[in-house]
Amino acid sequence: MTDAPLAPPRRLAALLSRRPAAGRARSGALHRFLRHRLAVAGLAAIALMLLACWLGPLLIPYDQLFIDIRHRFAGPFAGPHVFGTDQLGRDLLVRLLMAGRISLTIGFAAMALSTAVGTAIGLVAGYRGGLVGAALMRCVDAVLCFPSVFLLLALAAFIRPNVVTITLIIAATGWMEVARVVQGQIRTLKARDFTLAAELMGASGFYVMTNELLRNAVGPIIVAATLTVARAILAEAYVSFLGYGIQAPVASWGNMLNNAQQYLGSAPWLAIFPGLMITVAVASFNFVGDGLRDALDARVEL
Amino acid sequence: MSAAPQDAAPLLKVEGLRQHYGGRGLFGRGDVVRAVEDVSFEIRRGETLGLVGESGSGKSTLGRALLRATVPTAGRITFGGEDITAWTAGRLRALRPRMQMIFQDPFSSLNPRMTVGGIVAAPLVIQRQGLDRAARRARVIEALATVGLPERAADRYPHEFSGGQRQRIGIARALVMAPDFLVADEPVSALDVSIQAQVVNLLMEVRRRLSLTMLFISHDLAVVGHVCDRVAVMYLGRIVEIADTRSLFSGPRHPYTEALFAAVPIPDPTLRRPRVLLDGDLPSPLAPPSGCAFRGRCRHALPACAAAVPPLRAVGPGHFAACIRDDIALAAPVAA
Repeated sequence: MTDAPLAPPRRLAALLSRRPAAGRARSGALHRFLRHRLAVAGLAAIALMLLACWLGPLLIPYDQLFIDIRHRFAGPFAGPHVFGTDQLGRDLLVRLLMAGRISLTIGFAAMALSTAVGTAIGLVAGYRGGLVGAALMRCVDAVLCFPSVFLLLALAAFIRPNVVTITLIIAATGWMEVARVVQGQIRTLKARDFTLAAELMGASGFYVMTNELLRNAVGPIIVAATLTVARAILAEAYVSFLGYGIQAPVASWGNMLNNAQQYLGSAPWLAIFPGLMITVAVASFNFVGDGLRDALDARVEL
Repeated sequence: MSAAPQDAAPLLKVEGLRQHYGGRGLFGRGDVVRAVEDVSFEIRRGETLGLVGESGSGKSTLGRALLRATVPTAGRITFGGEDITAWTAGRLRALRPRMQMIFQDPFSSLNPRMTVGGIVAAPLVIQRQGLDRAARRARVIEALATVGLPERAADRYPHEFSGGQRQRIGIARALVMAPDFLVADEPVSALDVSIQAQVVNLLMEVRRRLSLTMLFISHDLAVVGHVCDRVAVMYLGRIVEIADTRSLFSGPRHPYTEALFAAVPIPDPTLRRPRVLLDGDLPSPLAPPSGCAFRGRCRHALPACAAAVPPLRAVGPGHFAACIRDDIALAAPVAA
């Protein structure tokens, strides 16, 4: 992480807050987000990581699967392999970036899935309330009762692992938090008169949920979604580290760590770099989530 | 005050309406709140009925039940000659444009994430009137103009307006469908005194222009006396007195009405009048007292008051009161 992104936020906010009235509420949130330094740094780190993972491998003259036994265990920051090589002489940097593609893709896809499922369930449970709401939320509680790592491993053991199935499994263990956040939010919103006003205009339940309630719950949903990305990346790393996730020779940050265990003494960089990537990615998403929470807190302006 | 013809057919008729809450927990436990208990009255076409009572007396619950925002526990609601008590949401949908509501809290009644134009246009969208964007916009601007807001208000968000302006937006939303019947649930209680008069006058003007029938819920007797043709007084879920405004203000026949009048401040410090102070609070609607619910706080109460719930009975032309005592002289407000 560099501290370059810390300098210009104030001017950027001033620039963006000059938009017309319709954008005022949003740019107030933007201003609060930009004042949150860790969150801005996190956002920059995520942007950098995405850019590097998708463009980087095109610029590096090595293939992630190219084996070069003569140059195995090359140390980092010396010679042509910037981050060194692994036990088969594969370039570590390109493997890290290719692994990043997979880990980040799984993180975002699992987030999208679990946010969609969690939002739908929370919305219905919060709006309908009563028996339907109680039944749905008890289902959420039931899934939350499982230790999620074991649930992940149990599911992974039965399914042939690839990017799609791993994403589905992670999403299946990550939607409950979103559902709870949304349900709570919808319940408070439902008590406000504009919900009754819409019902008295003859609005259907679907209209009230999507047009009146959901748009007021967008802030907390975005925050929960951001934190879900962090958790999904971590979950992918667990599963792959334990060997149930992404399978060799395809790289993911988790299985690179798994690989590195045996050489921890002789080639520590094999563990340090993937570990660092996971740490930076997860911390960045958490920081951004924190920043968004402060920025989107509706109490400040409504 | 609008002059409603006495013989006009009732637009809304309520018979024995009960609205209870709770008592239906997952395991059948829970106490029953009797928010509205055996209420009957009618509102003639073009008339404004005031509904007064202290907080928790069931005024708002009654107003919402009339609009079928809830499913009544018992009783019958007849609107425009049709029994709507058991209508489904789908059937009510076609009726919704004819009956609308104005809310007490102008901050919670407008969706903060929608523009004012979107809020006022929502009834048109929901009712699928087949209007295109431009036609909807024209209707919105017309409704905003009716309540005295400029066209540019349509592109702004509710948080950019003051309480009085927000209440005007709420009124515009209620009027955009050109309703026959309006429930105004304490429409001015949340506003500054200086703004209250403006909003009350606006309501009276649109009532005249659109020949609206109205249920005007309030705890401010001065406003009710100004706006309403008839007034119903509620206590603990029941109507204890209902009469023409003039008749009620010149001679209340229920001790509770007298106490309400005594609580109205009079802007004349030299005036001395008998104080009727109420002790205690509203009894719990979970366990209402036997007989007359007001007897615990009534200075005229007799042992007989505990025997049975006193029914509303005629005490004058168009004047009904639920008190068994005819022999008491109650103080009328000075500013009748």
